[in-house]
Order: sequence, then C-alpha cells, then structure tokens
Amino acid sequence: MSDTSIANGTTQRPASKERPSRRPRRLGRFVLPTYSWLVIAYLVFPIAVMVAYSFNRVTFGLQLVSFAWNGFTLQWYRQWSNVPGLTSAFWLTIRLALVSTIISTILGTLLAIALVRYRRRKFRGKGTIEQILFLNIAAPEIVIGASLLGLFVTVNIARGFLTLVLAHVAFSIAYVTVTVRARLAGFDRSLEEAAYDLGANPLSTFRRVTLPLIMPGVLAGALMALALSIDDFVTSNFVSGSSVPFPVWVYGASRVGTPPQVFVFGTVIFMVGIAFALLSLGISRKKS
Amino acid sequence: MDQPLPPDHPGSVKGQRRFAAFRRGLAPYVLSLPAGLWLLLLFIVPLVIMLSITLKTCNPASGACVMTWSWGEFPHVVSLYHAQFVTSLIFAGAATVIDLIISFPIAYWIAFYGGRKKNFFLIMLLVPFFVSFIIRTLVWEFILSNNGIVLHFLKHNHLVPAGFHVLGTGFAVIAGLAYNYLPFTALPIYVALERIDRQIVNAAYDLYANRRVTFMRVIMPLAIPGIFAAFLLTFIPAFGDYVNQEILGGTSNTMIGTVIQNLFLIDSDYAGGASLSVVLLAISLLGIWLYARLLGSRTIEEYL
Repeated sequence: MSDTSIANGTTQRPASKERPSRRPRRLGRFVLPTYSWLVIAYLVFPIAVMVAYSFNRVTFGLQLVSFAWNGFTLQWYRQWSNVPGLTSAFWLTIRLALVSTIISTILGTLLAIALVRYRRRKFRGKGTIEQILFLNIAAPEIVIGASLLGLFVTVNIARGFLTLVLAHVAFSIAYVTVTVRARLAGFDRSLEEAAYDLGANPLSTFRRVTLPLIMPGVLAGALMALALSIDDFVTSNFVSGSSVPFPVWVYGASRVGTPPQVFVFGTVIFMVGIAFALLSLGISRKKS
Repeated sequence: MDQPLPPDHPGSVKGQRRFAAFRRGLAPYVLSLPAGLWLLLLFIVPLVIMLSITLKTCNPASGACVMTWSWGEFPHVVSLYHAQFVTSLIFAGAATVIDLIISFPIAYWIAFYGGRKKNFFLIMLLVPFFVSFIIRTLVWEFILSNNGIVLHFLKHNHLVPAGFHVLGTGFAVIAGLAYNYLPFTALPIYVALERIDRQIVNAAYDLYANRRVTFMRVIMPLAIPGIFAAFLLTFIPAFGDYVNQEILGGTSNTMIGTVIQNLFLIDSDYAGGASLSVVLLAISLLGIWLYARLLGSRTIEEYL
C-alpha cells in the first residue's frame, strides 16, 4: 500500500520530501523484520530449552532434571510413564479437558446464538449477560478460583473431579461465547429462510443448514476451551482437592525436583498443538 | 434458532401459529438458560459469597459467623498487606511496560508488512501458549538459575561476578511475568493496528504528511484503544499472578496473589483471603471502568 502512494507522490513532491519517506522503508525492510525475528526467537527460546532438557541424561542420584547438560538420551521418552503420579495426572487433565470442553462448547454456543439473534427488545437481560461475560473474562483468575473454593466449602461439596468440571466450564463459557459470537456476526439468515421455504422444520434446518455454517466458529470456541482447560493451574489449584490435574501435579513436584518426564509431556503436547495450528493454517490458506 | 415443532402439531392453524410465536418469543431465554444458570451459580453466587464472608463477623471461640455488614476487614487487610500490594503493582507494572515496548514494533510489523504470512507470524507470537504455563515458568527457573545456561556462560567468561544471581530477585519475577504475558499484550495491539483503514494512511501521505507525522498523528491515535486494552489484559492477570513469584522469586518479594493463595489454602483464613480478593477485583474493575470512561464501553470487548 505504501509503495503505491510514494510512486504517485514522487512527481509532485519536492526532493527534500523524499528522504524521510525512504528511510522508514529501510525500517520496514530491515530493522523491523530483524527485530521481530529476535522477539520470536525470545518467545521460542524457553521452548527449545524444554525440548533439549527432555533429552538430558541424569548421571547420578534421583531421576530429576538437572541444570547441567550430561549428554543426550532417549531414556525419558522410553520411560515416559514411569512416574505414577504424573501419568495419572495427565490422563485426569485429558478427561477433564474433554468433559469441560463439550459442556462449555454446547452452553457457550447456545448463548452466543441467543446473543447474536435477538435484540435487546426481544431479549431482556441481554445487556446483563454481556456484562457478566465481560466480568468473567476480565476478573483475575485467582479471584475466580478463590471464590469457587469459598462456594464449595460453603455448600460442602467434596473437592475432586466434579468441582474441577464445574470450575473449568465456569471459566470457559465466556471465552466460547465470545469466540462463537464473533464468527456468527456475519451469518446470512436468508439461507435458513430458504430451508424453511423448502419445507424443512426448525430442527432439521438447524442440523443441516445452521450448524454446518457456524461449525468453524464452534470449533474455534471448542479449541479455546480445550486449551484453557489443559493449561489451567490457578483455579484448579483451588478446587482440585484429591484429584490432581497435570499442571497442579507439575507445580507440586517442581518444589522438590522435576522429573525429566515432565518435559517429555511438555514437548509432546507442544508438538501436537503446533502441528494442529500449522495444519489448520495450511488448510485455511488452501481454501482461500 | 427456533425451537423444533412437531410437523403434525394438533390444533387449528391459528392456534398453531400463536403457539409458534410464543415459542419464538421464549427462544432467547431457553437458549441462554443453561449457560446463564451455570454462570449465575458458579460465578456470580461465589463472588457474592466471597463478599458476604468479608462482611460477616465471626466469633473466634465458637466459630459462628453473623452478618454484621462490617467493612472493617478491608482497611485491616490493606494495612496488613499494603507492602505486597505495592510489590505486585511494581512487578506487574514493570512487566506490562516491558511487554508494551517489546510488542508494539512486532505487532506493527505483522500488521503492516506481514503480507500473506500474517497468520504464521501470529502463531509464532502465540507459541508460548502451546506449552503449559507452569512448565514455561519452570523452564525460566532453569534458564535463570545459578548454573543455568545464561549465568553459566556469563560467569565462565567473567562477565559477571561469581556470586551474581537472578533467581530469587524481583528481576526474575518481572522477567517471568513479561515472558508469560507477552502474547496478551501483542495481540490487542496487533488487532488495533490491523483494523486501521489503509485508505486513511494513504490519505495522510497524499496530503504530504511524512512517515513520522503519519505515524504520530494517524496511526498512533487509532492504536491507542488497542494499547490501553493490551495494558489492562496484561496488567490485570500479572497483578494477581503468584506462580511466577513463587517459582522465580523465592521467598522474598511476596506478591498479593501469593498472600491470597496462602490465606485460603494454607492458613484457611477465608475472611482475610476473601477481603483481599475483593480488593484485587475492585482494582481490576477500576481499570476497566477507567477504560470505559475514556474510550467507550464497547471497544474493550473487541480485544478479548
């Protein structure tokens, strides 16, 4: 965009005006890209360290990650399930993430549909719901976790898998709703009306017209909920009780010493996540 | 979405239509009921309970609590923990400023020069989120530790004295916070810059504004809401964070999140923890209220 404007302007501009416009072009071509790649390197650096340490040999003593580099080994990948607490915590996190993602995606999508479709006049309380969603996203996580602990103690619910699901859905709904609503905004309702005109009832219209159209948004919301749930530490730490999810276990273990398998899990989760992200990027590029 | 109607619904055509209209009127409430109920019972009610815990007065002997609407707990905890509030303010503030300085140029570059690779660069910007928050912070503990990669190299080459350490200081906490929340800063700024109409920028050039003037008087004013949103979205979570402080900061420089967590989970002092949480929430809401007053209440939602 900027090159065309310069090309259009050069004939009329005095020579002195050209200098300042040329200098920042070097900024865009050289300084900014170099800087940006440095920032990306800074963001990737700890991840590279994590991957490297997952291959680090342990020479003596307990099987814990050591600061010094002792040589390359695949031992921790072969013995990935050798730490009993860690493996069960990991599977708990996966179960928890799946359950809370399914619930929060359904609830959040329905709410998003209601918020997009109906104006304030037909939907009293819409403004209140929007404010609650906003408050839920904006509130510091420690406040949400602490208040949920207060609730569970007050109504005397034993802390465990159930309270984890209740809590994870509670902090995911708002993110799902916001994500789905953003994708729903440009939805063409005439397609639904066409389905009605062709004799489809509301249920089959929803199933065969609406749902396929909003599916990308719903999937984006579900991925958001999944990522939030897998990564959550603060809220889980308050409400987990006896069933310990992966991040809470890792935190507890790290205070005594981190088993190398933690970095194996971290590396594998990272690889799977980044593969999905780049794959979806490739698909969306092909489509466009 | 309308509620499903059985195809052969009994009753007259008129009754059927009225019934359908009634259902359609109900639809928004039916659709929002499950999520609304969940948020009411597991978000609003807990907040109300937390507020009520702080307003009650408990008999230390019997443990029985009665609602006395006493607001005295707030000045009490604030005076008790004001040092931790100040520490949180300094650490979170420093990390947020660092993040704003780091992320503006890269957000600007992706928005204006990203071209077809924009989405790829955005994924690179979000790359820390593909690793668990706890593991990310643990890795920083390894990197910054006394025998870790960075200090080992510096000490080996006698660039810093042998007794030099970063871990256990405020600098380590700020570094951890800055790394962990950088994507929260970069994304809103990127969104704001990306949204700027290129025609407006071109118009400025056509009117003989040079690059600097265009940047200062066209691009910056349009990016301000995004910068402010980035500030809030980074500062609020960093202010309440206690993981970075506990892993990287050691026992010194306690932040307010650590105090809240310890009061709830170790000391079981729910009244104290609840009052501090309410204060923390109030500070966050104050920031958002300021944003809404200065830049309009709708705009911040666009950056979530």
